[in-house]
This record gives sequence, structure tokens and C-alpha cells, in this order.
Amino acid sequence: MEQTVITTEHGSGGAATAALIDGIFAKAFDNPVLAQMEDSAVVPGAGEIAVTTDSFVVDPLFFNGGDIGRLSVCGTVNDLLMRGAEPKYLTCGFILETGLLVEELKRIAASMAATAKEAGVTIVAGDTKVVEGGGGLYINTAGIGFAQGREIGARQIQPGDVIILSGNLGEHHAAILSERLSIDTDIASDCAPLVEMVRALMTSDVTVHAMRDITRGGLATILKEMAETSGLTFELKESCLPVTPKVRDFCGLLGLDPLYMGNEGKMAVMVPESDADEAIRLIRASAYGAHAAVVGRVSAGEPGQVVVETAVGGRRNIDVLRGEGLPRIC
Amino acid sequence: MCVALPGTVISCDGDSAVVDFSGNRVRAKTGLVDVAPGDKVLVHAGCVLQKMREEEAVELERLFKELGDVG
Amino acid sequence: MSDEALAAVKARLKAYDGPRMRIMEVCGSHTAAIVKNGIPGLLSKQIELVAGPGCPVCVTPTDYIDRLIALSQEENTCVVTFGDLLRVPGSAGTLMQAKNAGGRAEMVYSPFDILAMAQAEPATTFIFAAVGFETTAPVYALLLDQIVEAHIENIRFLTALKTMPPVIDALCAGGADVQGLIAPGHVAVVIGSDAFKPLAEAYQLPFGVAGFSGMHLLYAIDGIVRARGRGTVMNFYPEAVTPTGNVKAQDLVAKYFEPGDALWRGIGVIPGSGLFLKPAVQCFDMGSQALQHDHPMNAACRCGEVLRGAIAPQDCPLFKTACTPLHPQGACMVSAEGNCLSVYNQN
Repeated sequence: MEQTVITTEHGSGGAATAALIDGIFAKAFDNPVLAQMEDSAVVPGAGEIAVTTDSFVVDPLFFNGGDIGRLSVCGTVNDLLMRGAEPKYLTCGFILETGLLVEELKRIAASMAATAKEAGVTIVAGDTKVVEGGGGLYINTAGIGFAQGREIGARQIQPGDVIILSGNLGEHHAAILSERLSIDTDIASDCAPLVEMVRALMTSDVTVHAMRDITRGGLATILKEMAETSGLTFELKESCLPVTPKVRDFCGLLGLDPLYMGNEGKMAVMVPESDADEAIRLIRASAYGAHAAVVGRVSAGEPGQVVVETAVGGRRNIDVLRGEGLPRIC
Repeated sequence: MCVALPGTVISCDGDSAVVDFSGNRVRAKTGLVDVAPGDKVLVHAGCVLQKMREEEAVELERLFKELGDVG
Repeated sequence: MSDEALAAVKARLKAYDGPRMRIMEVCGSHTAAIVKNGIPGLLSKQIELVAGPGCPVCVTPTDYIDRLIALSQEENTCVVTFGDLLRVPGSAGTLMQAKNAGGRAEMVYSPFDILAMAQAEPATTFIFAAVGFETTAPVYALLLDQIVEAHIENIRFLTALKTMPPVIDALCAGGADVQGLIAPGHVAVVIGSDAFKPLAEAYQLPFGVAGFSGMHLLYAIDGIVRARGRGTVMNFYPEAVTPTGNVKAQDLVAKYFEPGDALWRGIGVIPGSGLFLKPAVQCFDMGSQALQHDHPMNAACRCGEVLRGAIAPQDCPLFKTACTPLHPQGACMVSAEGNCLSVYNQN
């Protein structure tokens, strides 16, 4: 009889493990490379290789707008994209806790497969371990992409660049928090692979100086880090920051600042002012980019400062997120 | 910590009400204020603290006129 | 009010060249809103904003934190608090450290969440760390009302409730260099704007009751500057604040609490500035009256002077050296509404 929950037997390395891998992962991620079931995957590729890895421990496993599986593909794919690389291959390592429902694992594997397909990547290797626990699940993914020979990164940012945001702030973070608090809201996670908008920028005449996806710590944290790396000042206009009234009030209820809320399908892009209109047009025409906006600009000013012009015309400096106690959002 | 946010009462049920904040709904205790659906209220720590009034603009204009008179 | 009216207010505040005005905001949420809106940069050099003792977490004495830590470590108890309190240093450590070492402390957004917790675990005593000012006191009173009515046996309170008029009185009587006050908006929602009248008149200072948006604050500051030297209370938050406040809430607070002398972190005892459970409901108290000591973890911490507006956070020798947001030595560096953290984040 098929077991409905994960037990220590699934981690034995024997028949139960093989059955789990064959029945769930091999089926969901079905492709010729994985199907060889060798100790490592051998894949074609040439040129400069982009490599990244990320682990996902979000709680709850399923949330409005996504699940840990979709998140684990998007996070790694987006990290490859942010260096201008074309994502190609993923590996995934699963740590399963005993008590996890097999049905949930199937849904998560299916979600990973669908997201990988959407992002145009192939899951070519994997691993599964089981630990004693309470039905939890953790995923590590590593990604390989091929760089396009462009220098993209915070060190390329120039004074005069404009800062573009690909969409609304805070949605992933709010969706996760709402699952745990007694706030009834339909805010959905923005968790998404940004392949289409990055490809549109990379194949256009737009000069992209830097890209960074907005994850834990929010826009404030990534911009502060990029400002410090570039040695420049970033000036944001609060009135230009795209935040929906729903997310704004959600933050208000909990005393949170949308600038520090995490996303999982948004990026900040720095381009020369002359390319800003075209960049905005391309992002808005791509999947997940409808609300893209120019939110600020870069100046020589004081090195490493991020300054926000507030709605009433005041100025405040912003810093990276500090403190703890924030729940696991990715 | 004295943060309170204005929302709109959607429904009342015994000692609590459902209050809407731009699409986010929260259950808040109503023991400190009598409220009805449609009321704009201030919510603090899971509790309706006060009903909001409409005459804000008028009162501020009046106050500013007075201040203008004294220089 | 119109955009033109706001523009006129901003122009007036920037151009002000009258006598120097030092204006104190005595609400931590105002301190946070002033920073968030970048208000100081919109004012003339002759107008200085100074934060007062209005962050409830910051004014909580070390004895209180120590007692919470001890309670969290007892058998079958659980301390329930608002988030900021977890990281405030007592005389030897924080509640968060106690929690990580096996103590039991849970964070909630609404005190009413404790009802479900108590119901789910009847053998555990849940202790609410009831800090706050007049805004939050009625919430605890309403919670008590439900506990009493439903005969719930396993909820207790450790209170550190404080009231605003007595501390403002103490600061003014102590000769604080302040020419006007931004009165706490949500405290005023409960106690009414008239509650500040005796103070305004006694010290001939303008009080402006303010809301929490950038616009609210600019209007209030402008009003206070224009009313310089006059003992008057102006209500710039009329959509929520009335002269008499929420009488039903005041009555409920009076049903369960009575005023008493309270200890403020770094400041000392201020007569009549606390709210304590009345004798009839003392059975719900976990020893709030006995908390009489205040020993900062770091003896050089000058939180008290910062809370009184006597020194700026930068004047404390620990600021940005031993005391940082990751290693706070005093409560003002912990809370999002704390004076030191606000200044730290702006430099």
C-alpha cells in the first residue's frame, strides 16, 4: 500500500527512497538528463558560466500566489538573471521531515516542474534526505546559466543612472504574514521568474548597468548594499514607489515599512537616463512587469547613501534592515 | 506603540466587528465604542478605539483662521 | 486642507526667523513619523524638534524586564508581549535571550490573542506584559472585563502602564527647555484634548494635538510656532480627537485601574503617573507594584536624559560605540520608536 506520509524509511536510501524519487520527482521533472539517474548530470554548454545556490525554508509551504516549490525555482532563476545570464539548469536537494504528507510533496514537485518549464530551465539533478520532524520541508536549489559577456553589477552603476522598479513592493512578504496572522486579505505573493523581462532588456539596445532582485530585507536593503558597492548616492522619490493601497494598509496594521518588505518576483534595474523610457516600455510589456516605474536616480553625492524624498517633501536616509523576529518568508 | 489605523466597519457581531483597511479585514473588539456598518473607525491593538468624524477639514480651517488672527 | 494650504505651512516653517522654538513630541509614534517623513529638514534652524518619554517600551524600568524574564522561566508559565519588549535589556539580559535559553515568551499583535492561548492550555498561566499609555489601557481593561465575565483562571498581568499628563508636568516643572509640545494624538483620542489644558495654562505653553501623517505633523508644528508663548491647546486631529475623548473607555479604565506612583526608566518615580490594578482585581496581578529598581545593564547608559530631552542621543558616550541596534545597551536603541534608534538610522 502506498504510504501517505513521509517516514524515516523514505530516507533509508533503499527501496522506499527509490520509490519516492521515481514516483514523485522523476515523474514531475521528467527529462532525458535526469532520466539517466547517474551520480551527476552531464550537460552541454559553452562560454562563461553563471552559478548560484539558494535554500528555501518558508513557512507555510503553501501560500496565496505560490508555494515553496515555485519559490525555490524562481529564487535561483532570478539570481542567475540578475547577472544577465540565461538560466539553463537547476539541481534540487530536498530535506523532508517525517510526517510530511506525500500528497503535499507531489503538489510541490508539480509546482516546481511547472515553474521550471515557465522559466525555460531543466532540473537535471537532485537529492532527497529525511529527518525526524513535524511534516516540514526544505529545498535547496543550485542553478547554472550562461553569461552573455556583459558586465552587469553594482560596480557598473554610473551617476545619472535612473533606478527602475519592475513592479509593486511587498506582496510576497504580506502574503506570507497574512497566512499566520489574523488578517483576512487576498494579497497574493508575487513569486515569479523574471526571464521574459530580463531577456527583453538583454536583447535590446538598452544599456543595463545593474539588476538586483528584491528579496529578504526589501528594496531598502538591496539599494543600500548596491549604493555602498558603487560608492554613489541613490535618491528615491517616495511618491513614485509602487505600492498598492492594500499592501500599504497591511503594513500600516503591523507597523511595517513597505521599503523593507520582501518580494520574490521584482527587481531593481539601473540604466542610463537616455535608456529609461525604452527599459520601462520593455519591462511593462513583459510578464510580471505591468507596474514598472522609475523610482529614483543615482548621483555622485555622498558615497553609499540612499536618500528618500518623502511625500511631504522631507528627506530621510535609509539603511539596511536590522533586527530579527521576522518570520521565514523564503 | 500607540499606532492606530483608520478603517471601515463591514459588519458587527456581538462584541466585535469586522473592519476593512483597503481590502485587509481584521476582527476588532467593539467594547469601547458603539459602531455600525459603514462607520469609519480607529483601531488600536485589536480594539476599536474611536469613531472618526467627517468635519476635519472645516475644523482645521477654523483653527487656522484663529491662528492667522493672532499672527 | 488644500495643497496650497500645505505649501503655505511649509513656506512659513522654513522661513521662520522668530525666537528659537524647541518643541517636544511626547509620543513614540510621532518620533517615528517625524523621522519617516523627514520633517526636521523642512523646518527653519530656529525650530528644533526634541523627542520625549513617549515610547512605552523605552520607559519601562529594568526591574520589569527582569521580572518578565523570571516569569518566563517558571514552570507552566508563558509571558505574552508585544514584539519590541522581547529585545529590551533588563539588568542582565533580554526576554529574547531568556526565550532562546528555554524560557517561554510569545509575541502577539493584539492582547485579545491571549484568550485563545489560555483556552488551549488550561494548565499554563499566561502573563500579559501590559505596557502602554492611555491609548492601550482601555484595551487591557476590556480584556479584563472578558476575563472576569468568563471566569478565566489562567491569565495574569504584569503591568507597566503609564499616563502622559503627569510626566509632561514633571518635565515642565523640572525646567525643561521646551517652548511647545506636540501632544500625543492617540492618547488624546482616549483622554480628550482638554486633558492637556491645565498643563498648557500652568506653564503657558502651546500644545498641538497631532495625527500621524507628515501633513498632520507639519500643521501642528506650524500652529505651535504661531501660538508661541500662549497657554493653549489646539486640536489638529479633529477627525479622531474630541475635547472630552472616549468617555466609555475612560470609565472602563477607572473600573479596573487606579493611579499610582510609577518608575520611569532612567528618570525615576513620578507621582501618580502609573495605572495599577485595583484591589478588587489584584488577584490578576503578578507583582507590578513591587518593581522599584532600575539598574541599567550598562552604567554609562544615558537613556534617562535622552528620554527627558535633556541631551541628544549623540551626546551619550555609548551611542554608536558600545550601543548599536544590534547590541543595544538601553531601551531607546531597541524600539522602532526609540529616540536613539531614530537618530542612529538618520546618520
